[in-house]
Amino acid sequence: MRFGVVRFPGSCDELDALSACERVDGAQAVLLWHGDRDLAGVDAVVIPGGFSYGDYLRAGAIARFSPVMESVIEFAAAGGPVLGICNGFQVLCEAGLLAGALLPNVGLRFLCRQVRLEVVSADVPFTSTCAVGDVLSIPVKHTTGRYWAPDDELDALEGAGRVVLRYAHGENPNGSARDIAGVCNAAGNVMGLMPHPEHAVDELTGSTDGLRLFIGMASAVRAGAGV
Amino acid sequence: MSDVATVPTVEQAVALGLTRDEYALVCDKLGREPNEVELAMFSLLWSEHCAYKHSKKLLRTLPTEGERLVMGPGENAGAVDVGGGWAVAFKVESHNHPSAVEPFQGAATGVGGILRDIFAIGARPIAVLDSLRFGEPTSERSRYLLDRAVAGIGHYGNSVGVPTIGGEVYFEAPYEQNCLINAMALGLGRTSDLVRSAAAGVGNPVILFGASTGRDGIGGASVLASAELDDADDAKRPSVQVGDPFAESKLIECSLELLAAGLLVSLQDLGAAGLTSSASEMASAGEVGIDIDVARVPLREGDMEPFEIMVSESQERMLCVCTVDNAAAVLAVCEKWEVGGTVIGQVTDTRRMRIFNGDQLVGDIPVTALVDDCPLYDLAPQPPSTPLYAAPVATLAAGDDPLLGLIGSPNLSSRRPLFEQYDCIVGSRTVRRPQEADAAVLVLEGGASIGVSIDGNGRRVAADPYTGTVEAVLECAANLACVGAQPLGLTNCLNFGNPEKPHIAWQLTESVRGLGDACRALGVPVVGGNVSLYNEGGEGPIYPTPVVGMVGELLDPRRAAGLGFARDGDAVAVARVGEPSLDCSELAKLRGEPLPDGLAAVDVAAVAALHDAVRGAVRSGALVSCHDVAEGGLAVALAESCLAGGVGATVEVSGGEVELYGEAPGRAFVVSGAREDLERALPSATVIGTVGGEALKIGATSWSLADLRHAHRALESLFP
Repeated sequence: MRFGVVRFPGSCDELDALSACERVDGAQAVLLWHGDRDLAGVDAVVIPGGFSYGDYLRAGAIARFSPVMESVIEFAAAGGPVLGICNGFQVLCEAGLLAGALLPNVGLRFLCRQVRLEVVSADVPFTSTCAVGDVLSIPVKHTTGRYWAPDDELDALEGAGRVVLRYAHGENPNGSARDIAGVCNAAGNVMGLMPHPEHAVDELTGSTDGLRLFIGMASAVRAGAGV
Repeated sequence: MSDVATVPTVEQAVALGLTRDEYALVCDKLGREPNEVELAMFSLLWSEHCAYKHSKKLLRTLPTEGERLVMGPGENAGAVDVGGGWAVAFKVESHNHPSAVEPFQGAATGVGGILRDIFAIGARPIAVLDSLRFGEPTSERSRYLLDRAVAGIGHYGNSVGVPTIGGEVYFEAPYEQNCLINAMALGLGRTSDLVRSAAAGVGNPVILFGASTGRDGIGGASVLASAELDDADDAKRPSVQVGDPFAESKLIECSLELLAAGLLVSLQDLGAAGLTSSASEMASAGEVGIDIDVARVPLREGDMEPFEIMVSESQERMLCVCTVDNAAAVLAVCEKWEVGGTVIGQVTDTRRMRIFNGDQLVGDIPVTALVDDCPLYDLAPQPPSTPLYAAPVATLAAGDDPLLGLIGSPNLSSRRPLFEQYDCIVGSRTVRRPQEADAAVLVLEGGASIGVSIDGNGRRVAADPYTGTVEAVLECAANLACVGAQPLGLTNCLNFGNPEKPHIAWQLTESVRGLGDACRALGVPVVGGNVSLYNEGGEGPIYPTPVVGMVGELLDPRRAAGLGFARDGDAVAVARVGEPSLDCSELAKLRGEPLPDGLAAVDVAAVAALHDAVRGAVRSGALVSCHDVAEGGLAVALAESCLAGGVGATVEVSGGEVELYGEAPGRAFVVSGAREDLERALPSATVIGTVGGEALKIGATSWSLADLRHAHRALESLFP
C-alpha cells in the first residue's frame, strides 16, 4: 500500500511523516505537492505538521483552500483514510472534515514535551492495533493546540466514540476541552490529533508508540475496510 | 561618475562609522572622493562587523588544520567530515545589539541569519543551539529581554522546521544593558556537494532570490553592531531587521533543490551589509568583477535610493551565479517555491563592483579595495590596574542552605521553561534532548551520530581571560566526553567590549591566546566563528564572553550516557584531575564575593587524558550515567543527576565546602553504573556512594528529591 504525505510550503514534519510511513511493513510513501490535484493513486493520506503557508492568518486557514485539499476532501468523502497531525489537524478542522477548532494554548506559548495519551476508542483504523485504555508516549509541539467545540458537540463526539485519544490525567499540555488530543469524523476514516506520532517511531529517538497509528492505517487499507 | 551630483563630506563618512584616516584611504583607493553609494558600501564593508579590523590579526593565530576538516574559516560556515561521504557544517554567530534594541526580532533574525550561512554552502540545516546572557532576572528589563528573545528564537526555529536541541543561559549584572544572543546552527550535506561562494564565469548572470528588498536593517552592521549601545537605542529600531521564517523555509528548500540539480556556479546568503557584502565577497573569492543593476531589484518600497538597495539588510534573500544556459531553469525552481528570482547583474572580468541604476553608473569600486584593503589595527592591550567589574550582589544569607540556594539560583535552575518553547525533535534525529545529557546527540544518515555542545562562562573569563577561555573549551569538550563524543571541530563567538580600550584589548588578546592553546592541546581545529565587539553601554563592558561550540563524533548513539542516575544500587563515582576551588565559583557569586584576580592554572594535557578515559568508558557501555561537574561543584552535579533520573543517592565526601561546591570546569565527572563495570572501565574514578532512595544524602546532610525539585524550578515563575 502507498501513503501520500501532503507538502505545503511551510510544512515542517513532512519528511518525518514520510519516513514514519515507510517504517510500516510493505508500505511505500510519496510526497503530494500542495499545488497538485493529483493524489497519485495513494491509499492513505497524511497531512503533516508545520506552518502551512506561514500560518500568519489562522493556523490551517489558507491550506484548507489549496488545490491538493480539494482532492483530499473528495478522497475522504469516498472513505479513504486521512490522518492530520498538528497543523494537519488544524487544516482538517478548517476544511470542515473534523468537528471543533484548535485555539491558542492556555499558556500562550509554544510547548514541546513528551506526553502520555490514553486510547479512548479502538474502533477506528488508526487505533485498530490498540486496546481502549492503552497508554501511548508521544510528543506534542505547538502553540495552537487547545481543542475546543461547543459542549453539546463535545457530548455528541464522546457519545459517538469519536474522541480517539485523550491526554493522560494531569498531562493536558494546552487546556484542550475534556483532555481531548485526537478526534475522528463520523465515518471513522478521518482523524486529527495534536501530538506527533511520526516523532514516536524509533526507540533511539524516544518511543515507538506512534508507529501503531500508521500501522493501523495500513491494516485498514489492506483489509479494504472503509476504503 | 560626473553625473552623480552629491559627493558626501568627510563628516558624513564619520557619521557612518568610518574614521577620518579610513575616509582618506578610501579616497586614495578610488583616486577620488566616494559618492553616496560608494560611501555607504565602504562604511559597511570596512565596519568592524564585516572587516574584523580589530580582531583579524588575533584570529590568524588560531589552529585551523585538522584531518577531518572539510571547510575552514573564510567560508560561510566551517565543516567537518563525519564519514560515509557526509559532512557536518556548523557556525555560531551573535545578534547581540539588535536583540538589545528589539529582542524578539533580534533573536529571531539571528537564527535566520545563521541558518542561511549553513544552507549557503549546500548543507541542510539540522539543528540550532543558542547561548544567551542577560542581567539578573531581578531586573524587569532582563526578564523582558529573556522572555522575548526566547520567544523569538522559538518563533523562527520552530516555524522553519529546524530543531533547537541545546543551549545555555547565564544571568550576570554586566549583561544588563547589553544582552548576548548567540546562535549556532548545524547542517548536513554530502562532502562532494558542498559549494563555495566564489563567483565565476564572465558573462554569467547574477540572480537574487527570496524576499523583496526594503528599508529594514539599513546600516545594521555599522550603526548597530560596531558601536557601543547608548540611551538613544530606541531610535535604532529601524536598523533591526524583521524575520519571516516562512520565507526562509521556502528559501532553504529552493536553495537545496537548485544545488541538488547542479544548476548553480556559486551561492551566497545576504547577511550583514546585504547585497554589498554578498556580491563583493563573491567577486573577491572568484577574482572577478560584478555588475549590479539596482533598478532590477524587487523592492518593497518604490522610492528607495540606490545606496539603500545596496545596503538593505532585508532578511531571507540569497544571491547565486549560474551559467547563461541554466538561468531559465534556476528561475523556474524559484517560481516553484514562490521565492521570486530575478537576474540583477552579471559576472565581469573587470575586478570591479559596478553599480548601475538602469543605464546610469552610480558606483564603481575595485573589489579588492572594498573587501581586502580595510586597514587592520594592532591592539594596544593593557591589563587593568583596578578591577573592571563590581562584586556581584549577595543573594545567599549566612544561614541559607548552599545546595538549595545554588540549584535555585538563576544560573543553575532548570532550563525547562525555556527549552520547552523550542521544537527539539523535528527532523527525527534527536537522540538526547535538552537536560537529558550533557551534550545534545543527533543521529545522521547511515547510522553515524554526533554530539554537540555550546559553552562559555564569562565571569570566569573576566577573572582570568586566558585561563577562563581555556576552561570554556575544556568544559565544552567535557560535555562531549559525557556522551562518548570525540571533538571534531570548534566554532566560537567572541563577545567583548570596545577593543579600542586597552583593558578590553587585553581581555581579547589573552582570551584568543587561551582559545588557541586549548584547541591545540585537544587537537581540535577552529572551523570558523564570529566576533562581536563594542558590547558595552553606560554601565561599562560586558564580561568578556568567548562562546565555544563543539561538534564531536560518537561511535554508538545508543551508548550516549544520560546525566541522570537510573538504577538503584549502582555505584556513584567521581573522576577528576586537579583540585576544585571556591574562587569565582557560583557559591562565591551568591555570597557577593568580588571576582578574584586570576584563576589557578590548568594542566590541559592531564585534562585531555581524563576526557579520553571518560569517553572510552562511555563508549564501552559500562556507565549508566555521566555528568560533568560544572557550576556549583560536586554537590550540584550530584543533585542534577538525582533530579534527572528521579532517584536519590547516598555518598560520602570528605573535605567540606571546597570539595562540595568548589569548581574546576571541565576537570571532573560524576558517573554511575554497576560497580565492577565502572571500576573496570574507569579505574581512575573514586567510588563515593550508591544510587537509591528518595533523597540525596551527602555524609550527615540529606535533601529530599521533592525539596531539590522545588528549588530547581525557580525559573518557572518567570514564564507563568
